[in-house]
Amino acid sequence: MLETLIWETAKIWAVLIPLFLAVAYFTYAERRVIGHMQSRRGPNRVGPRGLLQPIADALKLLFKEITIPTYANRTLFLIAPALAIMPALAAWAVIPFGEGMAVADINAGLLYILAMTSLGVYGLIIAGWASNSKYALLGTLRASAQVVSYEIAMGFALVGVLMAAGTMNMGGIVEAQAGPFWNWFWLPLLPLFLVYWISGVAETNRAPFDVAEGESEIVAGFHVEYSGMAFAVFFLAEYANMLLISFLGATLFLGGWYSPFEGLPVLGPMFDWVPGTVWLFLKAGFFAFCYLWFRASFPRYRYDQVMRLGWKVLIPVTVVWLVVLTALVYGGVGPWF
Amino acid sequence: MAEFQSYTLNFGPQHPAAHGVLRLVLEMEGETVRKADPHIGLLHRATEKLAEAKPYNQSIGYMDRLDYVSMMCNEHGYVRAIEKLLGIEPPLRAQYIRTMMDEVTRILNHLMWVGTHGLDVGAMTAFLYTFREREDLMDVYEAVSGARMHATYYRPGGVHRDLPDRMPKYEPSPYRSERELKEMNRAREGSVLDFLEDFCERFPGCVDEYETLLTDNRIWKQRLVDICPVGPERALELGFTGPMLRGSGVEWDLRKKQPYAVYDRLDFDIPVGTNGDCYDRYLVRVAEMRESARIIKQCIDWLRANPGPVSVDDPKVVPPSREAMKDDMESLIHHFKLFTEGYCTPPGEVYAAVEAPKGEFATYIVSDGANKPYRLKVRPPCYYHLAAMDEMIRGHMLADVVTLIGSIDVVFGEVDR
Repeated sequence: MLETLIWETAKIWAVLIPLFLAVAYFTYAERRVIGHMQSRRGPNRVGPRGLLQPIADALKLLFKEITIPTYANRTLFLIAPALAIMPALAAWAVIPFGEGMAVADINAGLLYILAMTSLGVYGLIIAGWASNSKYALLGTLRASAQVVSYEIAMGFALVGVLMAAGTMNMGGIVEAQAGPFWNWFWLPLLPLFLVYWISGVAETNRAPFDVAEGESEIVAGFHVEYSGMAFAVFFLAEYANMLLISFLGATLFLGGWYSPFEGLPVLGPMFDWVPGTVWLFLKAGFFAFCYLWFRASFPRYRYDQVMRLGWKVLIPVTVVWLVVLTALVYGGVGPWF
Repeated sequence: MAEFQSYTLNFGPQHPAAHGVLRLVLEMEGETVRKADPHIGLLHRATEKLAEAKPYNQSIGYMDRLDYVSMMCNEHGYVRAIEKLLGIEPPLRAQYIRTMMDEVTRILNHLMWVGTHGLDVGAMTAFLYTFREREDLMDVYEAVSGARMHATYYRPGGVHRDLPDRMPKYEPSPYRSERELKEMNRAREGSVLDFLEDFCERFPGCVDEYETLLTDNRIWKQRLVDICPVGPERALELGFTGPMLRGSGVEWDLRKKQPYAVYDRLDFDIPVGTNGDCYDRYLVRVAEMRESARIIKQCIDWLRANPGPVSVDDPKVVPPSREAMKDDMESLIHHFKLFTEGYCTPPGEVYAAVEAPKGEFATYIVSDGANKPYRLKVRPPCYYHLAAMDEMIRGHMLADVVTLIGSIDVVFGEVDR
């Protein structure tokens, strides 16, 4: 009993500590990458090549005072950041980092992920409500409306994956994609893949869908009244969610830990020495890079336009493709089904 | 039926999109704006009153600080009024220099505008691209006047001094390599005119770069097209000028309609919009930047071929040369009188307008024959644009408020004065 407990705790920390580091350095990467896209340098003063910048930022935020507005609901105000970060971290439990390398290898992994990503919005709602500020409230309303609508599109996209793989277990989904890169689900599920990625960006409230934060309209949206560590926790949650969506995209659509040349005559063995985890990280890194790329290139949608895109474009596309997919699966088309 | 109640949202003055110190009190229904009430005056510096207490020349510097992103155009509006009052005409070379610097200023202003407007709408990369080019033009300001922003370069009767033969160069620093430094100083080996010519050659490419990011971007169009449209008649009624008016399809530009300086000798076009929405205003301004580069090029060619004096030969208005001052009693007296007492203007009143980047910038001077204006009235373009804010924004959404503020290109230095 005790042994299992220690073993499980160790596994959780083995995911969480690299995750926190990844989040910290993702913020650094964001500033560097966007910096270079904008013909400037980005942080390069703290430590060699600015590599200690995230540490410095974290220290700064740790030592800042957490101000609580007079008319805010204190309890809810302080609970909200915790509510935001818990699901963002918990969702990582089912991500398979390699064959059989998941903290919890549960059967309903996909459902669990959907549940966790939806729960995160409660933190946002409570934060905006408890702040007792009109800007925060507007941000909250936008965030909740956005997450509710995009959850549907994303859910449908994941149903497509479920139908194609025939299982909800994350490892099982990856195994269903075994083979070279044209065997992965991005090809047969291309529309769903795009819908997943767009709604993933929208769910994490990132540019061009960052209306919930909308720094030039509602200043910072739901976390406008937060400072210091309370703000940092929201920040962590946001970035952890971004990485989660990236890893999820790699797992569900890009063949998880499989090499792109898996099973090919010459190229396959050539890359046999690369561990599967590396492939997974590379694929997830591509999505993470896209997040930054979008942020550097797109203007922000208006709130009603975000809603229109969600309800009038993405949801119909997924519904239609689900019907097509049913036919494909029923007819056993191609190498996939 | 349920009654909807609107709520009030205080927008600014501490707001990232308030462009300085605009305070809007918005009456909202959900995300829709029902009424916008602009509160101004938070940047009031009493420029007009201050000018009443100083000799004419000493107020030129205040004009830079009105619309602090189109500095020399403001100076132009002011010195033109004084020249009209005095009945003097600056030499042609000075007129060309003024025209050229006015257009440099127009590009400076529009670059700032494209960048910040993009930032307001959420596209942040264009902002950094435009500031890269702005930096070069600031260096031109520095070269001709010594100051990067508040130049105080124009004088009644001409300009302060002729264009310099040297451009300021980047200096070696531990953070850039020899090669980088050489590349940065590539266009700076020759005179200001050489530098500007090089700039005009590559500038259309830079505008293409901003346009790739914005013009045909679907999101950008969704955010700008049909936002706060104003018809041509209404635009005229509201007292719009500049790109705000031209965006509505009225072909009105003082450079063409009431030519001043040497605009009647130059070949350029006036871009005009059709719908009068934010997107048309954007297109008009982008097209104006390209036209400005064309004008600058023509000025450079003329200035290269025609050296000559850059201010009138009238020691009552223009200070004597340093050499003359050192060994000529009369020049010394003139110098002393000019910098202490200034000059007296004949009594009367004048109105002189220029096409500033934001619209018609004008000064109205009432003189009682003294060495300072009895009354100076500045007509800033944005004041009138801002007054129409409420009418334009009604029924649009909160995010459009930001788009509209950006589209007006409002600067509080001149609204509050």
